[in-house]
Amino acid sequence: MTRLEARSLTVELGTRLALDGISLSLEPGRFTVIVGPNGAGKTTLLRSLAGLAVPSRGEAVLNETSLAGMPAAVRARAIAYLPQGGGVAWPLPVESVVALGRLPHGEKPDRLPETGREAVADALRSVGLQDHARRPVTALSGGERARVQLARALATQAPVLLADEPVAALDPRYQLVVLDVLKARAREGATVVAVMHDLTLAARFADAIVLLHRGKVEAFGPPETVLTEERLAAIFGIRAQVVRQAGKLTVMAESPLPEAGQ
Amino acid sequence: MSLARSPLISGLIVLLGFLSVASLVVGPAPVTVSGALKALVSDQGAASIVVREIRLPRTLLALLVGWVFGLSGAGLQGLLRNPLADTAVFGAPQAAALGAVLMIYFGLVGTLSWALPFAAIAGALLSIALVVAVAGRGATIVVLVLAGLAVGSLAGAGTSLAISLSPNPFAVTEIVFWLLGSFEDRSFVHVLLCAPFIVLASFLILSAGPGLRALALGEETAQSLGVDVPLLRGLIVAGAAIGTGASVAVAGSIGFVGLVVPHLVRPFVGYDPARTLVPAGLAGAALLLAADVAVRLIPSGAEVKIGVLTALLGVPFFLWVIARRRAELVETPA
Repeated sequence: MTRLEARSLTVELGTRLALDGISLSLEPGRFTVIVGPNGAGKTTLLRSLAGLAVPSRGEAVLNETSLAGMPAAVRARAIAYLPQGGGVAWPLPVESVVALGRLPHGEKPDRLPETGREAVADALRSVGLQDHARRPVTALSGGERARVQLARALATQAPVLLADEPVAALDPRYQLVVLDVLKARAREGATVVAVMHDLTLAARFADAIVLLHRGKVEAFGPPETVLTEERLAAIFGIRAQVVRQAGKLTVMAESPLPEAGQ
Repeated sequence: MSLARSPLISGLIVLLGFLSVASLVVGPAPVTVSGALKALVSDQGAASIVVREIRLPRTLLALLVGWVFGLSGAGLQGLLRNPLADTAVFGAPQAAALGAVLMIYFGLVGTLSWALPFAAIAGALLSIALVVAVAGRGATIVVLVLAGLAVGSLAGAGTSLAISLSPNPFAVTEIVFWLLGSFEDRSFVHVLLCAPFIVLASFLILSAGPGLRALALGEETAQSLGVDVPLLRGLIVAGAAIGTGASVAVAGSIGFVGLVVPHLVRPFVGYDPARTLVPAGLAGAALLLAADVAVRLIPSGAEVKIGVLTALLGVPFFLWVIARRRAELVETPA
C-alpha cells in the first residue's frame, strides 16, 4: 500500500507563490480529484506530488520517504505521471509509445520481456486501443492520442497514478471510459489522483476532492462535503445547483456571478 | 541492437566497405582495386605511398567526420524533438571555424596543432549553448533557426573580420582554403588530431540513446519515467559540439550531413530516436565518403571542395523539409 503525502509543500514559480504550505494525505485505494479555478496551482501540486517540481519549503513524501532524495528510477517505478496534452514527437507506433511506460522497470521498448508485453497489451485493452497497436501515433485523433498516453502511464503498473486533465480532450463516451479505468485502478489498490475541470464528472467519480484556491487547500474530503453551493460561488464565482439524485451528486453550473468589486 | 538483427546496419557497413575501396582507388594516379588493396597491406612502391599516405587518411577522415556528423544530427533532432535540428542549423560549424581561425590569425598555431580542435570545440560549444539559451526551453523551431542563423552569421562575420584584418597573406590563404572544407591533402596527423574527440563525442551521444526514446514524449514525461533530462541535454550538446569542433578543426566547414541522414534512416527503424543514432552515423559516413569520391570524379581544374558539395546538396534538402512540414513548423515547440 502506497501513501502519498504533501507536507507543508510550498512551491514558488518565479516570484509567484504557486503552492502555499499544502499538507495532504492521499490514501491508497482511493480516486482523488483536484479541482480549482485557473491558476489555483492544480498542475503544480500534481507535478510536486510526482517529484517533478522542486518545493522551496516542505516536501512530497511517498511511504515516509521524501521524493526529493529518492533515486529517479525508484520514483519512476512508484509514480506514473500523465501530463496535460502530452504530444509525441515522432510517428512512433502506438504500442512503442505505450511500451515506454516500461522504461522505469529497465525494460527496453523494442525488447520487452513477457511481463512487459502483457502490461502493454492490458493497458491498450483498458483504453480500447488494442486494434490500433501498430498505427503511427501521429495518425490518431487528439482523443485517441490522449488515451495512448494514459495507456503508457497504466503500463508502468505503478502503485501511484497522477493524471493532469486526463479527460479534457475526450468525447463524452471516452470521458466515462477513462474515468472508469482510473477508478478501477484505485479499486485495485492504487493511489489515483487527477486534476479535472468538470465538476459534475469530478463529483460523480471521485472518492475525495481537493479544492484548491490560490495555492491553498480550501477543502478536502468526500465530494458532497467539498462541493457546496457556497464554495462554488466564493471560489469559482458561479451560481450553481448541487443536487443529490439517486445517491449521485450532480453539479449544475447556472451562471457566472459578477466579479468582486464590480 | 545486434548487427545480425539489423539488416539496415549490416547493409550500411557493406556499403561503407565498397565506398572505402572506391575511395582508395579513385584519384589522379590510376590504381586498380586489387592494386590498391595490395598496396595497402604490402610495400608496392609509389602505389603504396599514394594509397597509404594520401588516400587512406582521407578515407578515414571522411568516415570519422561523416559518422560524427550523422550521429550529432540524429542526437540533436532527438533531443529537440525536431527534424530540422542540426549543428549546421545552430551555426556550430561557423562558430567552430571562428574559434580555429582566431588561433591561426593570432599566429598562435599552424593548422596542425592540438590547440586547433580545442579552439574549434570551444567555438561550437559556445554557439550551441548560446542558441539554446537565447531560444529557451520549449522554443519553437522558428525561434531556434533564427537564433542559429544569428549566431552563425555573427561567427561568419568574425571570421571575415579576421581575414580582412590579417596582416599576413599566408595566414589568409591558409584560413580561406581550410574554411572551404575538404579532405584533400590530409595526413594521419589530421586523423590523430580528431579521432580521440570523435570517439569521445560518439560515446557521449550514444550513452544518451535510451533517454532519447522517452524524450519523444516530452521533457516532463521523460523526467517522470526516470530520465535525467538535464544530463541527457548536456551529453548530446557536449557530444555534438565536441564532434563538430574536432571535425571542423581537421576538415574545415562541412555542413548539412547531420541534417540529411537521420531522415534517410528513420523510416527503417520505426522512427525510434534511439535506434536512429547508429544507422544515422553510418549513413553520414557513407554520404560523406561518397561525396569525397564524387569531388575527385567531377572534371574540373582544381578539386571541388566537399563542403561546397554538401551545402549544394544539403540546403535544397533543408528547404524541401521546411516546405513539406510548413504547417506544423508554425506551432511545433522544440
